[in-house]
Amino acid sequence: MILPERKVCISGAGQSEVARPSSRDALALTVDACRGAIAAAGLTPGDIDGLATYPGLIANGDGMSPVGATETMIALGLSPTWVGASTEGHAHMGAIFNAIQAIASGLCRHVLVFRTVAQATARAQVHHAGIIGGAQATTARSWGGMAWQMPYGAVSAAPLFALYAQAYFARYGATSRQLGAIAVNSRRMAALNPNAIYRDPITIEDYLAARMISDPLRIYDCDTHIDGSTAILLSHVDCAADLPRPPILIEAMGMAIGGFGAGLHEGDFTRLPADRAGEMLWSRTELTPADLDFAQIYDGFSILTLLWLEALAICGRGEAAAFVEGGARIALDGVLPLNTGGGQLSAGRFHGYGHLFEACAQLWGEAGARQLADPQVGVVSNGGFGYGALLLRR
Amino acid sequence: MAEGVASEPRILPGLSALNRPYWTGGAEGRLMIARCGACGFYLHPPMPACRRCGSDDVGPQAVSGRGRIASFTINHQAWMPGMRVPFVFVAVELEEQAGLHVFSNVEGCAPEAVAAGMAVEVFFRAAEDVHLPFFRPVAP
Repeated sequence: MILPERKVCISGAGQSEVARPSSRDALALTVDACRGAIAAAGLTPGDIDGLATYPGLIANGDGMSPVGATETMIALGLSPTWVGASTEGHAHMGAIFNAIQAIASGLCRHVLVFRTVAQATARAQVHHAGIIGGAQATTARSWGGMAWQMPYGAVSAAPLFALYAQAYFARYGATSRQLGAIAVNSRRMAALNPNAIYRDPITIEDYLAARMISDPLRIYDCDTHIDGSTAILLSHVDCAADLPRPPILIEAMGMAIGGFGAGLHEGDFTRLPADRAGEMLWSRTELTPADLDFAQIYDGFSILTLLWLEALAICGRGEAAAFVEGGARIALDGVLPLNTGGGQLSAGRFHGYGHLFEACAQLWGEAGARQLADPQVGVVSNGGFGYGALLLRR
Repeated sequence: MAEGVASEPRILPGLSALNRPYWTGGAEGRLMIARCGACGFYLHPPMPACRRCGSDDVGPQAVSGRGRIASFTINHQAWMPGMRVPFVFVAVELEEQAGLHVFSNVEGCAPEAVAAGMAVEVFFRAAEDVHLPFFRPVAP
């Protein structure tokens, strides 16, 4: 059997400006990113027969997902056969998985996948930071998975993931100096990325002296809300010969759901359901973590990156903190360059799609001053409540 | 000095048939956790059926209200205007079942005194139509 992901390649990628906030409308940012992806693939809007996004329009004013598939379709003049969007499932990467299935099943050949955020604009309007659900959330009752924590002041995900960091520190003896290496690395990478939001380097001493948000997570452990959009174009591999860029092949995918989104904590604060995504990913390929030339790993909070490094079997259980300590192993010239575009901690919360965009830029040799020397294989992983990973090769 | 309650102002939970026992049992001083009548498994958040044995005989049952802190964080960031910080956000593992966690705040000791493994017990605080479970250290 041919794996469905082997029938699909990444043919184009685009990204809008990033700003806090942008003067441009979220739909305009979306159009910028989508046009960029379509042009990168040498296609026109008329070629696009599939459209997917995560999570789809959430019209509550909080900027989490201010643009949906329908208005994007109309704005770009698309006539897709297939459209998919869901808040459920594998979160960020879920739209990619859906697109892969749509192409592999023959429903369509070119699926445009986008993710747009306007959280900087939303929070400038609300005049405070961190509320999930926007201004309405401060006056309304809470529902769903977050309702089990919100009455206790944990109205952001930061205190929740601080529980994971605290438990991980306690079990494995990890330290803030080790965790801080993730944030310091992100800034060092972002300094080389002209589309990153925070580009001034920080030292580990700056990190340790920074304001505590929810112990042990400091301000630099938390990603930063932005306005911006990313688009990725997925195509059937049969189209590869016609593409202006070498196709980026999807060697394997891994997926899992679970965790805090439904309030269904799984009983261990030192690991994530992402473990199952990692197991699935490596079960579908002959490649191993030793083959990786880079890793773009979700960093909505720095602790998630540590836990994902272990979920992806890049590090043994409890060993990720020592792996990143000092930053040498994860630098551009290290054994495994990590979050080479600056990640969400420094490039901004493109909500998983920045990681995928950066992987494409590296594999196409278009990463400018941060370009790695001839990378062939990389992994991208997304999520802190639904989980997805892609193993990409050139 | 007027005594304020850390982590206020508070976003209260919406009530449903399933979660009402948990959020209102405190009116009688009881922490109510959904439990399977067939196999005895506790389910939190409350569920309409038992995912372990499949029984539909699941309903709220009063538990001891005692447990240990599985993990904690001292939250310093005010997430809403006027929010009183710092507060201690915790996951308490209830003594009735391994892995049976509830989220809450710990009060009654300095935030710096909170530690993983600390024995705690429930108390309740009323707000509108709910009685929120909170935890405090058990006297040694």
